[in-house]
Amino acid sequence: MLNKTIWNKQSTRETVSGYLFMTPAIVVLGIFLIVPVIFTIVLAFYRVQLLGEVSFQFAGFKNFVRMRSDERVWIALKNTAEYVAIVVPIQTILALGLALILNTNIKGKSWFRVAFFLPTVTSSAVLTLIFMWIYNTNGLLNSFLGFFGLPTYNWLGDPDVALKGIMLMNIWATAPLFMVIYLAALQDIPESLYEAASIDGAAPWEKFWCITLPFLKPVTFFVIVMGIIGTFQLFDQSYIFSSGSGGPNNATLTIVLLIYQYAFKNLDMGYALALTLMLALVIMTVTLIQRSLFKEESLD
Amino acid sequence: MIAKSARSWIWLLYAALAVYAFITFIPFTWALSASFKSLPEISAGGADFIPKAFTLENYKTIFLQEPLFGRWLANSVMVAVTVTLFNLLFNSMAGYALARIKFPGNRLLFVLVLAVLVIPGQITLLPKFLILKSFGWLNSYQGLIAPALVNATFIFMMRQFFLNFPKELEEAAALDGLNRFETFFQVVMPLAKPALAAQTIFIFMGSWNEFLLPLVVMSNPEMFTLPLGLNAFKGQYVTYWNYIMAASMISTLPALAIYAFFNRYFIQGVTFTGGKG
Repeated sequence: MLNKTIWNKQSTRETVSGYLFMTPAIVVLGIFLIVPVIFTIVLAFYRVQLLGEVSFQFAGFKNFVRMRSDERVWIALKNTAEYVAIVVPIQTILALGLALILNTNIKGKSWFRVAFFLPTVTSSAVLTLIFMWIYNTNGLLNSFLGFFGLPTYNWLGDPDVALKGIMLMNIWATAPLFMVIYLAALQDIPESLYEAASIDGAAPWEKFWCITLPFLKPVTFFVIVMGIIGTFQLFDQSYIFSSGSGGPNNATLTIVLLIYQYAFKNLDMGYALALTLMLALVIMTVTLIQRSLFKEESLD
Repeated sequence: MIAKSARSWIWLLYAALAVYAFITFIPFTWALSASFKSLPEISAGGADFIPKAFTLENYKTIFLQEPLFGRWLANSVMVAVTVTLFNLLFNSMAGYALARIKFPGNRLLFVLVLAVLVIPGQITLLPKFLILKSFGWLNSYQGLIAPALVNATFIFMMRQFFLNFPKELEEAAALDGLNRFETFFQVVMPLAKPALAAQTIFIFMGSWNEFLLPLVVMSNPEMFTLPLGLNAFKGQYVTYWNYIMAASMISTLPALAIYAFFNRYFIQGVTFTGGKG
């Protein structure tokens, strides 16, 4: 009886301290993450008036129907999809390649690792400004291309290459982050597996194919998912490149930039929220498809 | 024969690393050199990395003639430092509770943290704006700080860290009559330094470099953070790349310094989820 009250007292105390420890997290994540998700889902079906007093008016599926005939939605989707499809595979392979090289027994690897990480530490605003200047018609990149007799471009003004300029920059800036994640994973592969393979007379590429790659599957899944989520949300670079317009000729218009324009330039918050919901669904779908692909492969 | 081919392989790897290091450094060196060049030299084009006439004029101009640049720097420091300190405290507290304290709802809260972790940030942007607007927090520091006080990713990371934390220390503390809070602040936190250092890098960098939320929350130029200020600069000094590059260098330095200072812990931070490192 006495024992039980002591135990109860202690478990109550544990519960109280548990919740006290969690309070800041519960409050902040609740107000700024969970409530916003609910808001997005609900308000996507409303017309939201932002000027003066904020007011809401139920609109049913109007916001979603409107998307179908909104040409800029399709342009933004196409640009974003193209961006994801090109950037994610290249940055993943580049990250893996760099990590594999840095995982060998060469000297100075910590120095290289620190050096490669520099672009990841730098803000997207600074990177974009530096690259805009390098991409200038008489900038460094064109001087360089010209020096080798290669064609030069008006990187910022030509709709055909503007988005590619952003892709190039972001692959360069993001690959080192994933390289570090790959490096951590590579160090977890037990050395004994390689030794056993050596005794069996396996060639280096066989070791890579049969030991390294299968081991890296979970981390590759993680890297690709993070890559997809990140690239689908491209905004800063497009915004700064085009001064918020998505130009030239909508070439750098991404979904998030379009959402920003509708919400804060056209003050059409309900429609912008519907677009947000659409983006969330697209990201979720792609992630799920990718997950099932990875699962199937591992059954083989 | 084998040794010889292995050696040439090593040289090939070195060459690949050197080329990539070169590609990494070129844009930064080019920007750094431009920040010490005069406008006529920049406008003339060319690819000289060493300024013909080295000048500090660009840095003087942005600090002395551009009244808001110092203010933007101060705003960025204010927001990033506050956000980082609160994250270190709150994420660790939550991670510790999830890993170590038994209470009803623990499991559910952990699942919620995991669920929240995969919500892409951009998706909550507009509701966040509406909520901050209704609080009257637009154009205020708390508008940028409050939504960033905790971070689900690092709550998760701290939980993993505390799961592997030696239990004996806490038991000893309990025998000494310390309660949960005393144990946490006097025994556990001082030993969590590597994890806290890794958090510091990521949280500070994230806050320092954030662009979209400040863009939405801050419309008054006095309240801009550096990334916004740089963007405004770009509009104002379209062709004055010397000023823009000087301002870019200044705004890169603090994040770089934090990274350089905590780099040792950063690698530990990435690897302490398991294995050697």
